[in-house]
Amino acid sequence: MGKSVGIVESKIFHCHDELALACGKKLSEFHLVYETYGKLNNKKTNAIFVPHALSGNHHVAGKYHKNDKYAGWWDNMVGPDKPIDTNKYFVIGINNLGGNDGSTSAKSINPNTKKIWGSSFPILTVKDWVASQKKLINSLGIEKLYAIVGGSLGGMQAMQWSIDFPDAVEKILCIAAAPSLTAQNIAFNEVARQAILQDDEFYKGNFYQEKTKPKKGLRIARMLGHITYLSNDSMDKKFGRKLIHGKYNYNFQQNYEIESYLNYQGDKFAMTFDANTYLRMTKALDYFDLEKNFKNKLSKVFAKIKAKYMVISFSSDWRFPPSRSKEIVKALLDNNINVTYVEIEAETGHDAFLLENEHYHNTVWSYLRS
Amino acid sequence: MNRLDFIKISEWIEPGSKVLDLGCADGALLKFLQAKKLTTGYGIEISPKNIEKGIKNKVNIIQMNLEDGLSVFDTQFFDTVILSQTLQAMVNIDKIMDEMKRVGKNIIVSFPNFGYWKNRFQILNGKMPKSSDLPHEWYDTPNIHLCTVKDFYELCEKKRLIIQDQLFLTENQPIKYFSNLRGSIGIFKLSK
Repeated sequence: MGKSVGIVESKIFHCHDELALACGKKLSEFHLVYETYGKLNNKKTNAIFVPHALSGNHHVAGKYHKNDKYAGWWDNMVGPDKPIDTNKYFVIGINNLGGNDGSTSAKSINPNTKKIWGSSFPILTVKDWVASQKKLINSLGIEKLYAIVGGSLGGMQAMQWSIDFPDAVEKILCIAAAPSLTAQNIAFNEVARQAILQDDEFYKGNFYQEKTKPKKGLRIARMLGHITYLSNDSMDKKFGRKLIHGKYNYNFQQNYEIESYLNYQGDKFAMTFDANTYLRMTKALDYFDLEKNFKNKLSKVFAKIKAKYMVISFSSDWRFPPSRSKEIVKALLDNNINVTYVEIEAETGHDAFLLENEHYHNTVWSYLRS
Repeated sequence: MNRLDFIKISEWIEPGSKVLDLGCADGALLKFLQAKKLTTGYGIEISPKNIEKGIKNKVNIIQMNLEDGLSVFDTQFFDTVILSQTLQAMVNIDKIMDEMKRVGKNIIVSFPNFGYWKNRFQILNGKMPKSSDLPHEWYDTPNIHLCTVKDFYELCEKKRLIIQDQLFLTENQPIKYFSNLRGSIGIFKLSK
């Protein structure tokens, strides 16, 4: 369905306003890398922001050059005649503060010390991200986003937007998200973090100066994460007990196809992803808790929002299962918010939000146009 | 076609009131009520295809299985709860009636009348009934709890629900007399 947005390029937004962060620290200036697709209409009413999840970035759709091997991370969702239709909407992708792909992060130079931030780069929260994103959206002259469409950690940012800036967004599509992480979710993140923190090449976060990176830790973190994004059924279907060479090795070399797949994913990730970003992304997830400042009553959280909501979950997602989405729906209902809730039948686990599925895509397409 | 059941239901609903439509299909009734009576509220539906259509109809739809109850809604949350042409497909009718009583101040129920003479006639002829209001083959039907108007009155009595108003239709025409015999569907406005 649909075509590609074609060749795209990234832009940079420089912000010289001070940004006060939840941790108590301040950023005196920062920059965000972003991309846009489609055309902003004269009244600037057709903008859709697509926040990214844990390992995503601003490169949502399209390719950087003709021979680019990979398209943007949500290329099946964003493009001409796709659910987020760039013939109709102006779509914005932003690399989050602290992100891996060019925005101000631990890899950047601290303007006060003129040295690489490294371990001293602050830990950011979803709320901090949203505040920085708002500045970028303002700089484009957009007062009100038509929609924010976010999956997983992106869905959390979408919700936070509707709470922090109730007049700045009309529709929220909150996909495969949750109002907070469970103990199990946090536990997975902690194992991932420990893998990185205990890697000898991590140097307490200052590995840049050592001209190395904690690849071993990142590999393990990604392998673990990847397991939680898939479902037992989808893994079984794809790999089952298939052996790489058809027989047992009787050693500790990779023997099963699932092992080879996970190691490949781990290697690919460790090559390109920044350890400090990964650590901070997982921490932003852990600290996300909508209820925290609302006396632990989720329904109070949405009391002042003005956006309409579509909440989508996937049947086999055990990282952020349908029951968590229903908590969001219940809280929205308590406030008489216009909400539509769809539970998509899919066997691909949490990853389903990134994959093509006719019903899922039709649902998003229709909701954006309704 | 002017659906008389929609028109009747809209007459029973206060302007601007809050409505829940259980088994709302493509949301056509909710859309009608939103336009005619400026109602707010939600529909509940389980079929993905219907939900896609409902979104296009610009109504709020919550995908849920009615058999699981209505726990997402607080007590007395709605002015009116509608169960239109869905009763006969429910497994646990007792439970859904109780839940409707809990979340709604008023209740509207419609269902195909098994006592309609054409249905009776087909049974006399030794066959399970089929009609425009009961279009399925007996072996491939969602309708597992068919009842007659008389049966429904008994259920209302058991559930302590008072019938405030009712309408019977056959092929979208109102039926005034001998409705349990001549009405193909019945629509009832109930209160507690």
